[in-house]
Amino acid sequence: MELARKFKEMFSTVPMIGWLLGILVGVLIEFYWGYDYISYYLGLPKIPVLFGALIMLKEPLMIPGAIGYDLIVYVIPVFLVARVTTFATNPLATFLEKLPLIVSVLIHLVFFYFILHLWSGINDYRELVVRLTMVSIILTISINVINGYQGEFSCSHPGFMAIGAYVSSILTLLLFTNDKIFGEALLPAYLGPWFFPIALVLGGFAAAIGSLLVAIPSFKTRGDYLAIISLAFMFIVKSAVENLNAIGGARGMGGQGEFAPLWVIFIWTILAIWIIHNFVTSILGKALNAVRDDEAASESMTVKTRKTKMTAFMFGAFWAGVAGGLFAHVLAYINPGMFGINRLAEILAMVYFGGLNSIIGSIVGAVSINVLGEALRPLELFKWIIIPLILIFVMIFRPYGLISFKEFNVKRMLRAKSKREQGA
Amino acid sequence: MESLGELFTYFLQNLINALQRGSFYAVISIGYSMVYGVLMLFNFAHGDIFMVGTYIGFGIATLLLAAFASILPGWTIFIGTVVITMFLASWIGVFVEVAGYRPLRSAPRASAAITGLMIGIIFETGILIMLGAKRLSFPPLMESVTYNIGGVFLTNVKVMIIIISLLLMIALQFFIQKTKWGMAMRAMSYDFLAVPLMGVSINIIAPLTFAIGAGLASVSGILYGQAYPILDPYMGVIIGWKAFVAAILGGRGSIKGAALAGYLLGFIEIFVATIFPSTLRDLIAYSIILLILTYRPRGFFGMEHSTKLRL
Repeated sequence: MELARKFKEMFSTVPMIGWLLGILVGVLIEFYWGYDYISYYLGLPKIPVLFGALIMLKEPLMIPGAIGYDLIVYVIPVFLVARVTTFATNPLATFLEKLPLIVSVLIHLVFFYFILHLWSGINDYRELVVRLTMVSIILTISINVINGYQGEFSCSHPGFMAIGAYVSSILTLLLFTNDKIFGEALLPAYLGPWFFPIALVLGGFAAAIGSLLVAIPSFKTRGDYLAIISLAFMFIVKSAVENLNAIGGARGMGGQGEFAPLWVIFIWTILAIWIIHNFVTSILGKALNAVRDDEAASESMTVKTRKTKMTAFMFGAFWAGVAGGLFAHVLAYINPGMFGINRLAEILAMVYFGGLNSIIGSIVGAVSINVLGEALRPLELFKWIIIPLILIFVMIFRPYGLISFKEFNVKRMLRAKSKREQGA
Repeated sequence: MESLGELFTYFLQNLINALQRGSFYAVISIGYSMVYGVLMLFNFAHGDIFMVGTYIGFGIATLLLAAFASILPGWTIFIGTVVITMFLASWIGVFVEVAGYRPLRSAPRASAAITGLMIGIIFETGILIMLGAKRLSFPPLMESVTYNIGGVFLTNVKVMIIIISLLLMIALQFFIQKTKWGMAMRAMSYDFLAVPLMGVSINIIAPLTFAIGAGLASVSGILYGQAYPILDPYMGVIIGWKAFVAAILGGRGSIKGAALAGYLLGFIEIFVATIFPSTLRDLIAYSIILLILTYRPRGFFGMEHSTKLRL
């Protein structure tokens, strides 16, 4: 305990930009020397993809090598550089603080994206994991609007996702790709990346309109009955898509264009976090909490409960639709089976693991469940015992999730850290 | 359908099928409904308890058949299987309560839903790991005999499924209404804060409720194995969610309502499948449920609980 406190104290003067710099150095080491020297001398067959978790579980003999690799590439450079460069990064952070907040945030984000790009560019599988994780982040935050901030137990998210995925896929397939279902492309392919955001937004709007089917019954009822209504909605969407042979039916729809590279998904994720954060901290967002905590009291305080519920559902569904569209274009294949009970269990796990009523919690939940799911892949079936067990323990010891009812403050996160502020 | 008479036979035939399918939903959804009545929580592992119960029944039936098939008549083996399976499966229910629901009594409702779902996933995976992916088939516990009554085909298995399910529900109704334990459960569902003060411990009543639900589900599983002999670790998922829907449709905590809604769901499914292409079954069934719940948000027999629920 004492050691941990000292450790924490030692690194309490590192600002965010310092950490980013440290991570950059770690990633650069991996980029230039990872394969040729480090993994070669440690006896690893290739660069460990997810911090060596896959190798460790597959071949126990490689554990020392993988741990050594993690230490050499990530842990030591990150902490060392972050600590050593505080003399330079703190003044830099102070300088950035004087700039308008948006500029400083943008600088950090570009820096962060650069690191992420380098890190995930090393290997295709790693890039796919990163892209899917970011889609999950959007999805988790959007369900948190309904299940956390609004306090309903909505099970319809896979349905919203399916609507978004199908609408945007139909649009892009119809306009930009030659495929079996819709025939020749109507527009030249170079317009595709420009039109893609519009397709995503239209998919989101379609999902938002679909969500009215759940939102309107929610005026009268909540809790378990709403759970069933939303569940029924999910099954209806899935079943309807299965029966529409014009869009592939149960066989699904493939061949979506490469419109969702890492940077596009990154921008959408940041947009989602930014917009949803602003939404839930606005007056309308506070109304969601009021309706959740006491519907009658909030009504008497001039909160329009119906409008609030409808907004929450449509807003959450919109982002779920966008996430669905991105998901479809990352995998370049969708079928109705992807948007069933299993997807629902995954989404619920992410949001309740991370924490209700908190955006940062949702990010943590989405990232940890995704990375855990990929890292434990070599365990095959046992993965589906370990992940549920972890979730059960989280639910028992932290019933609202890991980080719940907490908002992040960007200004606080990015500011310079001097010795004096340690206590705070 | 040429004549009215043939149409009527066709209708009767489907009625029998619907009754059989509805029996499974009814018996399983009672398990959801009872737990809801006592704890105000849904036992989301119930579908998988049904699945585990079926596997236990499969094991017991195979063992008993191997040991006593030559000595004892068939019906004793059947009764033995039912009794032993019920006993063993009820401990699964107790386990779920103690491991997944007791630590979360004061937690938000959604958290308990998550633990229930996760315990269900653990059951599925556990069975898959223990028994492998090979499809097992449930041994028939009685010889199938087909009767033809005026063009309507009946098998003795179908009749047995319908009758045993009805008997189970009547027995349960008797237990709930007439015995002291049943009274304690009814009291608990009326007010689970005041009743423990009267000396009825929720830590006894809640496991009992889970155990009864699991026992019922396991008998339903044996019957299911007689009708559809192929076992599959994920068989509890679809049937469990449908029974859950039936439990809600019946009105929360209402056993009568759950049974009725279970039969209704069976009817909707079978008759939709006979009139429309069977791929539309889920679409139409859930649309009807959506409509019913929009106009009757509390289900058929739902009591007016206070609307302020925990998160």
